[in-house]
Order: sequence, then structure tokens, then C-alpha cells
Amino acid sequence: MRLFAHTNIQFVKSRYYAYAFSLVFILAGLVGIIVNGLNWSIDFSSGVAATVNLKSADPQVPALDIDHLRTILKEKGFADAEIQNIGDMENGIFQIKIKSRDSKKDTSTETKNLLISTIKASLPEYVKGRDMNKDVIQEIYVVGPKVGGELRTQALLAVLISLALMIIYVWFRFELTFGIMAILALFHDVFIILGIFAITGKEITIQIIAVLLTIVGYSINDTIVVFDRIREDLKANRKDDYHVVFNKAINSTLSRTVITALTTLFTAASLYFFGGSVIHDFALAMCLGLFFGTYSSIFVASNLVVETYQLTHKEKTSLQHLTKKK
Amino acid sequence: MKKFSWRGLSIALFVCVTAFYLAPLAIPNLPDWWASKKLKLGLDLKGGMQILLEIDNSQNKLTQEEVKSALDQNIMIIRDRIDQFGVAEPIIQKMGNDRIMVQLPGVSNFEAAEKLIRQSAILEFKLVATDENATQVLQAIDGAVTQNLNRFPALAKLAKEDQKALAKADSTKADSLKQSKGVFASLIHQSDGGYKVQYDSVDMLQKVLADSTFKALMPAGFQISLGKPDSQNPKDDRDIYVLLSEAELTGADLAKAKVEIGSSSSTDIKIANKPYISMSLKRSGAQKFETVTGDNIQRRLAIVMDSMVYSAPMIQDRISGGNAQITGSFTQQEAQDLVIVLNTGNLVAPIKPINTVIVGATLGEDSIASGKLAGIVGILLVAFFMILYYKVSGLLADVALIFNVGFILAMLTALGATLTLPGIAGIILTIGMAVDANVLIFERIREELLIGKTPRSAHDAGYKRAAVTIWDSQITTLIAAAVLYNFGSGPIRGFAVTLALGIVGSIFCAIVFVRWMTDTFILTGVKKNLSI
Repeated sequence: MRLFAHTNIQFVKSRYYAYAFSLVFILAGLVGIIVNGLNWSIDFSSGVAATVNLKSADPQVPALDIDHLRTILKEKGFADAEIQNIGDMENGIFQIKIKSRDSKKDTSTETKNLLISTIKASLPEYVKGRDMNKDVIQEIYVVGPKVGGELRTQALLAVLISLALMIIYVWFRFELTFGIMAILALFHDVFIILGIFAITGKEITIQIIAVLLTIVGYSINDTIVVFDRIREDLKANRKDDYHVVFNKAINSTLSRTVITALTTLFTAASLYFFGGSVIHDFALAMCLGLFFGTYSSIFVASNLVVETYQLTHKEKTSLQHLTKKK
Repeated sequence: MKKFSWRGLSIALFVCVTAFYLAPLAIPNLPDWWASKKLKLGLDLKGGMQILLEIDNSQNKLTQEEVKSALDQNIMIIRDRIDQFGVAEPIIQKMGNDRIMVQLPGVSNFEAAEKLIRQSAILEFKLVATDENATQVLQAIDGAVTQNLNRFPALAKLAKEDQKALAKADSTKADSLKQSKGVFASLIHQSDGGYKVQYDSVDMLQKVLADSTFKALMPAGFQISLGKPDSQNPKDDRDIYVLLSEAELTGADLAKAKVEIGSSSSTDIKIANKPYISMSLKRSGAQKFETVTGDNIQRRLAIVMDSMVYSAPMIQDRISGGNAQITGSFTQQEAQDLVIVLNTGNLVAPIKPINTVIVGATLGEDSIASGKLAGIVGILLVAFFMILYYKVSGLLADVALIFNVGFILAMLTALGATLTLPGIAGIILTIGMAVDANVLIFERIREELLIGKTPRSAHDAGYKRAAVTIWDSQITTLIAAAVLYNFGSGPIRGFAVTLALGIVGSIFCAIVFVRWMTDTFILTGVKKNLSI
């Protein structure tokens, strides 16, 4: 079996369609981010943590199952609630963390009342005859984000340094234009996924950030494979026009690009369909990232290099540098 | 006989290391040292312990604004300490206005973790008073205490008992009491040119030393401090020192501390084969240290931590270069924890624990089960596709893939990583990506076969050409992983580790392992076909 044997698709010639396609997604994402903003999860924003005692006064009632509590709170609009058993399971004490609905003012009283009414309505047998304010809700506190400001700055700095080092490595192994365009393609991928998340209002969790980093790793890998082939073909066919060589290189690596995307998609898709609700968005972001990462290394990164050559007419020195013995 | 080959050795090593770290997951009844090397599960999958801490504002009287900033700084310091303690993926959150919630996954040693978080380490270098001064100080304070005995109830009680013993007459102890020695001096005895206190009086002496009246009676410029108990013989008599109260150097002069083990040939029994803390001082600290040591040759310099003297070596010579050591019979764990605290700096405001409880997992059983299912389905899909598309070569790649997953899990165990659900999802994704190196090689071999090369030369040429691509593409990603590991913290770090392991594992499997299998099992004998 062989996919894409001897293809000769005109990737370089049709690059303006690709630019238009990318631009649509980037603009839509930009509008989404400006209008809706990014929906940062409880990992990044402050919330409310309540210690709740749900041990029934009636000894006949069995201890509340934590999964049951999770299902109920999820149905009643606390989809992002994080619930943990505190101490022995028999004691029926839980810690419930909920995101603040309004980051500007202290909403713990409002959230507390909402929580009380939900518990009263859905779990009456556990709170019957008990004081809701003291006995059931034992403590309620505003909690800060898991990933606070200084951690966020640190992470952002780490990402920027690694991008800079990637440019330097590609510069050293290939050529500066290639390095810059590879990184531009990465921004393209990440921005589009963030845009889609902003438009659909999906939450940005720590896990989603990990996916974005994975996509960065995947997409740069993909792009370098194409660049590598361009370098090799340029060395072998020094006389040919660079448009032709670029296009041929993308075609020769096409089957590898698609097959690797497919095998990775198999795992991402199985996470999406079988992985359960917790990693649903994680898997979705990964599928999207695979699509755009693959797309950008076929249609965007190398074409941007071509574009730069056409604008600056510096292809001669650049390609000489690229094909020097290394 | 076959020749020795690096390839054979590296494959053997790869398989052995993987098997060693995975054994505890599969085989019950292993010896303890082995079984304890088991992959830890994160707070989301298994829960852990929760420590609730509160800023202790009873002594400092900080304003609300100050408490707020102290809280933020304390959180940073605690995060640093936990990172260095080696517990991955903790949750540290601000709670209310003056509380910090710390959750640690699967820590079995609650006390050690709690102690480390709360510990302070106020480091000071102080000169030991000359013998002459020390005698004077002790006499002066003894006299002052005797005069104000009513303000030290514990000592007064002791004095009364001594009086009774005296009344009973002629024991030697009573004789010594006759020599106009006060009750404070009776607690201390001279030995080996220093002062010591008996183990059963240590508690009382500690209380007296901390007493504010006692401090007021102390002659100006001096202080009395206890030595650190010996970790092997904690009930030995304790050293007691008269120090100049002004510190020559403090923790602020410290650049970095680390644990070292003394050489076994060392003549000093306090150092030989024992852990000690070696410190390098900042430039300004090094200058101060040089001046102090130069000006005080043949005097003793005490290294004091949290008002306890760890050691008080004699200054033999001017010491330049800014290196100092803290010896003083540490256990390895003690020394390590102290180094963490010294390097992370002291908490801005003291904190006290409110409670410590065991907490359950944040994810339900069902999400763990579905994560497993997704993993199995994903692996099977990839494996089937590889066999379908690359036939026998694909099968070999699958074998390598299984080893690769094993390798990642084994290395995570070795590094003491904590596995969370997103971490598992990351590993599953790595599986999809790990076959990439093989895909690159196989595609290249097919190209070479198409232009009419024999299987053997197509195989060699394919590997040769693909290797350049694999190195270039994977090194770029590896650079990113290295930077994320060094500059990031918490979850970003964990992610970087998994990413790097996935890359290293897949490069090794593709370039060494699969190639070896193809060479050994496929391209041998008469029939040299390559099923690809």
C-alpha cells in the first residue's frame, strides 16, 4: 500500500489560496479573542473552596459516593467544580472548588448560597435536620489560582527562550530566513487554536497549555523535515529554479507528513472518543493542533520562505548559505 | 564468536534499565528497596496529603497589606522548596487572606514534608568569646540570676532542692555548691577546654536562655548558645558556648549551599565519610570572611543556625575565596533539607500549620478507566496501521514502540516523576509521534528501492539519509524541552520531561533497535527480501 506516490501537487503556486485560508482563521480568531476573551480555567483564576460535610444525621443513609456528588454538581451548572474527599471516606467531608463567576468582586457569598440551594434540592437526605451554614458548609474561602502570576511569567519566558533557541539552531543548521519562518508558522498554529477556543468559549486549562506546547514540538518537527528535504534537493539540483525544488521537496515528504499525522491522529482521536469528559477538550485541541500543524508545515512555512525571497531578492546568498557543506 | 558491538551493549542496557524500573509495577513481593521505586500517581488520580498553613501574626503585628505580600512571597518560597524536595506536581494555592493550602501527591512521610515547608534557617557566623571573657560572662550572669532568682521559678525550685541536699551534708555535689557557685553555674561544667551541660538539664537551660528576663541580664555584647545534639548520640552532654552576639556574617552573604560527603581518609572524625554542607559565599561575604579569619587567627568561629551552634572550628589561617563548611554530624536527610532551606531563603513571615489531612483524587474512577481504554485503543490503531502499511517492517516498528512506551514509564519512575491524567494523555500522544522516526526511514527506503537499489543497499542508504533529518528535527524539539525544564516549574517541567523522554526513546528505537532487528532477522540468509 502506498499513499501519495509520485505526487506533483503545486503547493508553491497555490500558496495564495493557503494564505487566504490561514487569514480567515486568524482574523476569526482575533475577533473571537477580542470579543469573548480567553476563558481561563480555575487553574489560572481565583475561585471559591468550600469544605462541605455531607454525612447524614440518619445512620441508615449510606455514605455519599463522590462520583454521585460530581454528577449532581455537574448537572446543576458547576461543570468545572473540582471535588476531593477530605480525610476518611466514611466521614463524608468534601472539598469543592469552584471558579468565581466574577473575578472583580468577592462572590463567595453568592456562590455559597448557590451551593447551599443546590445541595438542599439534590441531596436532601444528607442534610436533613442540619444547620446548612455551620454544620454542612464548614468553611468557605476565596482561593487564589493554582498557577499564579509569577508562574505564568516564568512559563512565558521559558517558551520565548526556547523559541529563540530554535531560531538559532535552524539558523545554524539551515539559514536565518528558514528559522524565522518556522517560528512564524508555530505562532500561526497556536494562535488559530487559541482563536477557536475563544470563539467556542472553551476553557484554557493547564492541560490545554500542555497541548499547545506539544503542537509547537510537533509542528516544528514537521517543518524541519520539509526544510531538510529542500536542503538536500537543492544540493543535488543546483541548476533548478528554487520554486521547483521547494515544491518537489514538499511533495516527496508528503507521504511521511500525512502518515505521521495519521498515526498521531489515531491516538488523539481515541482520546477524544474514549478518553472521557475530562480529556475531551484536551484531545480536541490536539486534533485541531495536528491539523493546523501539518497544514502549516506543508502550506505555510516553506511558502513564507519563497515569499521572502520574492520580496527581498536575496535568495542567492540565502541558498548558498543553506547548501554549504555541513 | 561475534565481535563486541556498541549496538548490542546499548540495546542490552536499554532493555535492562527498562525492566528494572518496570518490575515493581508487574511483580509483587520484591524486596523493599526495589518495590519502593514505583511510579507515583498524581493528585488528580490518587490524591495525597493536604497541609493548611496560616501566617502566624502573633509576634510580628503585620498590617493586612504586609500579610498579603508576605503570603505571596511565602508561596514562592514554599514552591521552590517542594520542587527541590523532589515532589512533582504539587498544588499550592492562596486561601482567604492569610492561608496557604499545599497539596502533595502520595507523600508518605508527612512530618518531613511539613517540617521542610515550615523550617527556617537563620544562618550566622559568630566569634566564640575568649576563655577569659567567657569565664567573666558566666560569673556575671550566674550572680545576676542568683540575685533575681524569684524571676526564674524553675531555677528557684532547683536551688531549693540543692539547698536540701546541702543541708543533708557531705556529698561532693554539696561541696561544690558551697563554693559560692549559683544555681545557673551548677548546670554547666567545664570539659575539654569548653563548657557542657548534662542532657537532662538541656530542656531547662533552653527555656532559661529564651527567657526575656535572662536576656536582659546578659552582659552586653555576649550571648550563650547551645550546640547541636549529636545525631548518633543524642543523649550525650551538649556543648554550650559563650559567643559575641554580633554576627560577622549572615545568610545574606551566602551564594549557594550544597551537600557533600567527607572523604574517608579525612582525619577529622566529624568529616570522614559523613555528609556536611559546603557553602560558597557572595563576593561581599567572601571579603568579610577573609577579614574576620585574618583578624582572629587562633580563635574559634561558631557557625550558628537558628540560634544553635553547629560547629565552632579554630581559625588556623586567613581564608580567602569565600568557601565555608558546616560540619556537625548530620544525617544525609538533615543535611539535604537544610541545604534546600538555605538555598531557598527564609519565609518572609512565620507560618503555622492548621491541619494536615489525607485528600482523595480529584478525578473519578471512570475517568481513569476511560483514559486507559483510550490508550489501549490508540496503541492498537497505530500498531495495526503500521503492520498494514509497512508489513514486516511495520511489525518490527511496533515491537520497538512497545519498548519505547516501557522506556518512558521506566525513566519517569527513575526520575521520581508523578503521573497525572494529562501526563498519561501526553504519553499516549507520544506513541503516535514516536513512530515518526520509523516512518521517515521506511519512506526513504521505499524511495531507494523504487530507483532500483537492492534491499540491502536501499536499507543502508535509507537509514543514512533519514538519520540527518531525524537528528535535525528532533534536536530542535529537544532544545525546547531542555529550556522548558530549566526555566519552567511545576506542570511545565513535568511536560518537558515526558517530551524529552519520548524523543530520546523514539530516536534510539528507530535508529538502533529497529535497524538491529532488521539486520539480524530480515536481511540474513539467502533470501534477502525486505517487506516494507
